[in-house]
Amino acid sequence: MGVNSNLTIVVASGKGGTGKTTIATNLARALSREDGDLRIPQEMIQLIDCDVEEPNSHLFLRPELLERKEVYISIPEVDGEKCIQCARCSEFCVYNALAYIKGSILIFPELCHGCGGCSFICPAHAISESQRIIGWIDQGKIGKMEFLQGELKIGTPLAPPIIKQLKEAIDQDKLTIIDAPPGTSCSVVSSLYGADYVILVTEPTPFGLNDLKLAYEVVQKMQIPCGVVINRADLLSSGGDISVEDFCREMDIPILLRIPFNREYASCYARGDLLVDQFPDLQKAFIQLFMAVCANKEGMN
Amino acid sequence: MKQLLVISGKGGTGKTSLTASLAAMSKEIILADCDVDAADLHLVVNPDVLEVHDFYGGKVAKINPSKCSQCHQCVTHCRFQAIQVELDSLFWDTQVKIDPMLCEGCTLCRYVCPTGAIDIDNNLCGEWFVSDTRFGPLIHAKLGIGEENSGKLVTKVLTTAREIGEREERQLLIVDGPPGIGCPVISSFSGTDLALTVTEPTVSGLHDLERVLDLAKHFTVNCVVCINKADLNREMTQKIIIYCQKNEVEVVGQIPFDKRVTEAICLEMTLWELLNQGDGEDRTLQALKEIYRKVISLIE
Repeated sequence: MGVNSNLTIVVASGKGGTGKTTIATNLARALSREDGDLRIPQEMIQLIDCDVEEPNSHLFLRPELLERKEVYISIPEVDGEKCIQCARCSEFCVYNALAYIKGSILIFPELCHGCGGCSFICPAHAISESQRIIGWIDQGKIGKMEFLQGELKIGTPLAPPIIKQLKEAIDQDKLTIIDAPPGTSCSVVSSLYGADYVILVTEPTPFGLNDLKLAYEVVQKMQIPCGVVINRADLLSSGGDISVEDFCREMDIPILLRIPFNREYASCYARGDLLVDQFPDLQKAFIQLFMAVCANKEGMN
Repeated sequence: MKQLLVISGKGGTGKTSLTASLAAMSKEIILADCDVDAADLHLVVNPDVLEVHDFYGGKVAKINPSKCSQCHQCVTHCRFQAIQVELDSLFWDTQVKIDPMLCEGCTLCRYVCPTGAIDIDNNLCGEWFVSDTRFGPLIHAKLGIGEENSGKLVTKVLTTAREIGEREERQLLIVDGPPGIGCPVISSFSGTDLALTVTEPTVSGLHDLERVLDLAKHFTVNCVVCINKADLNREMTQKIIIYCQKNEVEVVGQIPFDKRVTEAICLEMTLWELLNQGDGEDRTLQALKEIYRKVISLIE
């Protein structure tokens, strides 16, 4: 069984709070261990936190942050002297980011998607573009492993441009692990683009199942191979809801790993510590998770 | 009619379970599920769907290959990398393709196209529902896969709930909010009298709480905090309480970690209903009562 050490693996889930960040950060740590079995050089691994609304991977991996870059989108600026008040820009803008009111053009920067249409179509060349900060990209290191995260500026609604820019940092020669935002919307799609494999994290409850189905639909539509990790697999003494397992079997989705509920694990997570640092059997489990991903991916080819 | 919003920043802290319990404890309410991206409230309130509506939001470009002259003006001008030139299957020719998942519907491609090869369609991006539940009406929705969660569908759900609530003279609109701090959360703030923010005693819980409280402040929305699974880590719970004191946000309650939260979900009932089958001395039940009492007194 081969180890494929230049995959881009996205950790995603429909439902929030199922353990995406736990899986992504622990997988990265388990793989980057110098004394690990796989001997993937640390510098050949990168972790990218694409959950830009609530980036949390850094809380667990505690990277040394080396550089912070601002992320901008272009928003229009109208030169009142040149403007001939034809209002074509406001008619063109589908986002209603420009409005023609009482003889002048008003701009609503929060609504602008930065398509550049208004400045392009303005017959008087009265619209130029200025830059508006919508967030930041941080770059850092954990040992020699590369760490990147995006952060959405509070009060800014536009996450996808930050995610797209973050993903330009993916090095195809490296093993890349991506912590995705929850849900099934365009932020998730942006995070999944170009992935080799998706790990869907869920929990054995009707909420977990409902949201797993949604996430699976996205992955199917994007034609990316995937497998499932069931977190808190034995949450209920009764064995919980077996319908998640049934669903996976029915859809022929491999279950890559089951992590039992354990108060010790919960408290380790609560403190911001990594499971694989505290529990040797989980270190092994995460390496096996990676092997299962490689094997499953290989089987597809 | 008053409006209570339940949010969290971090996902999975217990928004939906708490929303459902508050609904079960109240009278004369209407419910709205604004987590249109991964709605779960319907799973515990067992709705009778009365109306289904298509939701069109935004636009999407479509290319007619027979009219395309391969000038690639659209490719050059699209800022969303949604238009790409691809080799056709026999590698004889190129073809311009528009990826509907990347297209943001700005319509610039249609504008620059010299041959009129691009049409703009209204984008069917989801569905919304009016339902009846044992607690009152529920307005909920399902965003289409990979659609932009721009907040438009959230706004539709919320305005419909307000309309129906006012018409039926409901006392309280309880809104199950989306996670995060982006568009849908901002849209769900509209008309809110009080935002109940559910967090958990973990480093992520606190980190995300800070961001969502900042967001609420930015939009001058009144917030109170509830700490779920409070006994899982007393130290973090204390940190959250101190953070809230410093920022003058009231902590209205602490709910202990309780496996019956999950049990209730599996039984398709609210936690409140499950706990009420037992005796009244229950810690979790008392915690819920306390939160309900405080929230109702603050909102009135």
